[in-house]
Amino acid sequence: MKRRDFLELSSLAAAGALLLPSFPSFGGSVVDPARLLEPVMDATVNKRLADAALNAAKSAGASYADVRIGRYLNQSLFTREKQVQNIVSTESFGAGVRVIANGTWGFAATNTVTEAGIAKAAQLAVQIAKANAKVQKEPVRLAPQKGYGEVSWKAPIQQNAFEVPIAQKVDVLLAANAKALENGASYVNSALFQVNEQKYFASTDGSYIDQDIHRIWPTFGVTVVDKQSGKFRSRQALSVPMGLGYEYLTPKAADKVMGPAGSDVVGYKNSYDMLEDAGRAAKQAKEKLTAKSVTPGKYDLVLDPHHLGLTIHESVGHPLELDRVLGYEANFAGTSFATLEWKKQGKPYGSKVVNIMADKLQPGSLGAVGYDDEGVKTKQWPLIKDGILVDYEKIRDQAHIVGQNESDGCCYAQSWQDVQFQRMPNVSLQPGKTKLSVDELVSGVDKGIYIAGNGSFSIDQQRYNFQFGGQVFYAIEKGKITGMLEDVAYQANTQEFWNSCAATCDESDYRFAGFFNDGKGQPSQSSAVSHGSSTTRFNGVNVINTARKVG
Amino acid sequence: MAILSKDDANTILKKVLSFSKADECEVTLNGSSGGNIRTARNMVSTSGAVDNVSVVVESRFGKRSGIATCNEFDDNTLRRCVQRAEEIARLAPESPEYMPMLGPQTYLQPNAFAQNTAGITPDYRAKQAGASIALCDQKKLSSAAFLEDTAGFVAKRNSKGLEAYQQYTNLDFSVTVRTPDGTGSGYAMADYTDIGKFDAGRLTQIAADKAAGSVGAKAIEPGKYTVILEPAALVSNSDASLLGALMNAFDARSADEGRSFLSKKGGGNKKGEKLFDPRVTIYSDPTHPEIPDLAFAGDGRPRQKTTWIEKGVVKNMFSSRFWAQKSGIDATPPPGAFIMEGGTQSTQDLIKSTAKGILVTRLWYIRPVDPQTLLYTGLTRDGTFYIENGKIKHPIKNFRFNESPIIMLNNLEAIGRPQRLAGNLIPPLKIRDFTFTSLSDAV
Repeated sequence: MKRRDFLELSSLAAAGALLLPSFPSFGGSVVDPARLLEPVMDATVNKRLADAALNAAKSAGASYADVRIGRYLNQSLFTREKQVQNIVSTESFGAGVRVIANGTWGFAATNTVTEAGIAKAAQLAVQIAKANAKVQKEPVRLAPQKGYGEVSWKAPIQQNAFEVPIAQKVDVLLAANAKALENGASYVNSALFQVNEQKYFASTDGSYIDQDIHRIWPTFGVTVVDKQSGKFRSRQALSVPMGLGYEYLTPKAADKVMGPAGSDVVGYKNSYDMLEDAGRAAKQAKEKLTAKSVTPGKYDLVLDPHHLGLTIHESVGHPLELDRVLGYEANFAGTSFATLEWKKQGKPYGSKVVNIMADKLQPGSLGAVGYDDEGVKTKQWPLIKDGILVDYEKIRDQAHIVGQNESDGCCYAQSWQDVQFQRMPNVSLQPGKTKLSVDELVSGVDKGIYIAGNGSFSIDQQRYNFQFGGQVFYAIEKGKITGMLEDVAYQANTQEFWNSCAATCDESDYRFAGFFNDGKGQPSQSSAVSHGSSTTRFNGVNVINTARKVG
Repeated sequence: MAILSKDDANTILKKVLSFSKADECEVTLNGSSGGNIRTARNMVSTSGAVDNVSVVVESRFGKRSGIATCNEFDDNTLRRCVQRAEEIARLAPESPEYMPMLGPQTYLQPNAFAQNTAGITPDYRAKQAGASIALCDQKKLSSAAFLEDTAGFVAKRNSKGLEAYQQYTNLDFSVTVRTPDGTGSGYAMADYTDIGKFDAGRLTQIAADKAAGSVGAKAIEPGKYTVILEPAALVSNSDASLLGALMNAFDARSADEGRSFLSKKGGGNKKGEKLFDPRVTIYSDPTHPEIPDLAFAGDGRPRQKTTWIEKGVVKNMFSSRFWAQKSGIDATPPPGAFIMEGGTQSTQDLIKSTAKGILVTRLWYIRPVDPQTLLYTGLTRDGTFYIENGKIKHPIKNFRFNESPIIMLNNLEAIGRPQRLAGNLIPPLKIRDFTFTSLSDAV
């Protein structure tokens, strides 16, 4: 009863206290936490099961088949102030079989992971493919892919978060809450999300790929209420969802990146100091209550990587998904301004400073895997070179459409029971090649705003017009941060915005923003993706004031 | 096996309860079976079938609670599931917001199930999708559509004597039609409990007309305009929405804690205050024949007919049982859907009475900007038209808006005839001074 979901939303989420993601893998069974530590699936058993599926598909008439046997583990902890609200551990296990028969895709999934069960799913997938072939107009064309034989890939984590006792994890969240309360928070919600995907992929190309993937995301939302004025302000965590283990929660000095002098902003690279951030969040939320309301107009924006990652995601990552460009997402997420014709015109997507790479490789990123969900080895490739669009994000059945003969390796399904399709890889702005610190960047700005943290976001269905908020805003006057601002949002057009990109800091400032729940497709599927960048300047962007009077 | 009868469900529920050694135990069975078909570029892109039943067991020892689930029904699996819930409960911290499980309840009897819908076959889906495609093939337009249907049941029973059972069906359809050159786009959506009136071709025709009509859009200056918002611009089942956001904010605890637009300066909430135009009345009623709903909330509380806003005055807020007890109010559960009262005018009638204004088919990518004022931003999409002297004059380019549903429901000019959308009954609204802040080139 999907239509009824909207009122079942947490009222806390509605109040902006903590923006909780929709958590797709919660579809699994709730299990004892100890279950999450049971050994990963046995590759020998998986190979036998996979062969049963591939053989059944071929006998039923498939010209191609792949099978994904997946065990998806999740654990989430939720607290508010001094109490634990919920601890949920889930497991979902099953297999999905995808086939091409009569030139058409078919897919079926089952949680009966036996040779007979998986073979039955394969036969059903072929049946569906043959039924759909009757209304199909063009046969599927797959980019060739040689088999890799038996290979494996493991995320380079130091500590599996599921091995850490729940009590210890609860302590960290409650300690962060205490820091926020000590520093003036009226309310604080915190959460820790942990994911382990154990995936076995096999295809008729001759690949048998065993992968073990981990993700982690500690987060919180702090609210300060001023009872007298009735005003309230919130600040969300500046943590980043990462493709890391529990080591992310052990802060290291080398991973802290200071914002510009006078800003009281600290960003985080590969480890996170949750307590420090919670204390700072409470102070900043309090300061927001009395901060100066922004005067609307044109400003030079200096955007921190936590903030800029969301702008990159919406205005570069999405418009360059080839299925969107071609119209496959027209009824839901939309299409794209960056059509094949637009690309041919060679118009600048951005200024010469703008170099954007796609990848599924960067260590610690959410996109990093060895092979994608259709058995293609992952890689890095350029999307925008010196401001010019040079390529899209594509998978095996799309490569031929743009005259290429290989996939980019960015095919993904959120679980064994969903069909894999083209998803956004990591999309990252390359740092500047010449040395440039954040303070040096700010010193050149006469009238500007420094924005840290991602906040409100909205963009049209072809990715032209967007509006972004943030977590904290600071006025820049004559090269210096002069104080906090409130009610800030900027509106721009994707091409104007990226063409106004004036400079980006060097790689010492480079770090990720990440998202656990990028939604796409019908029925909607979620995927996790990171965006790297350094603090970057954009000139003359239109800033609006979002304050309103009601009641 | 996806839709169990009341008797079959009870047999399983009673068996599970008999395995319990906890102080309190509650068992819920959720089952559904259905399917979907997706099209794009006038072709079927994906289709699938889903069939699943699951058991959720909640066990409690004192103020400690544990939950476990399973989707197999042999005695061993069920017994293990209960044991797991009990193990997790023993490990859990005590909840300071513990409330004892509910005892026997009396529920309304909505008829939310239609055999018609439960009997949908893959052929039926292909036929409806085929009709949508054929119409666009013939008109040389490009369509993308999604049809999803579900038949299901919920059954619940606990050790305190609570018993609940209900069946439901639902079908959602949406279609976007675009002109081949990408300069026109139109949209239509609908949902049904009983598919007797569903016709994908008819809905595709509406989207096709909007697509053809929106070719050659002209840019007009952003600013404050009188708008006619069609129901799809007010509620949605795939995005946040202005009215959905407003109703989501009717939580008593957030208001009492000072972090909602319903919070009162100095403490407390705004129940009883007039916050909207006196013509605004919004209520929920699970037995409404046009949008029959589940008669119980997730925790087993009965859903009654409840008025949230009456003649512009805040009448009720929903609340958790814990917060209701703490603050001495009724523990009203959140509704599954809502009904906004309206008049008899069609969208066409509203257009006829408009000297200058904008007709909005749909709003999109709606996100909160300021929770204090419920300010939201988003864009118009798939059919935006300029109205002059009671007639649609020409299509216009899409706008970004920044507006609050609170301000919107104070700037009310007229209310049309409510229609079912995303499970709600929503009228088209004519609103003055709706705030558009920039233009978008998107089609």
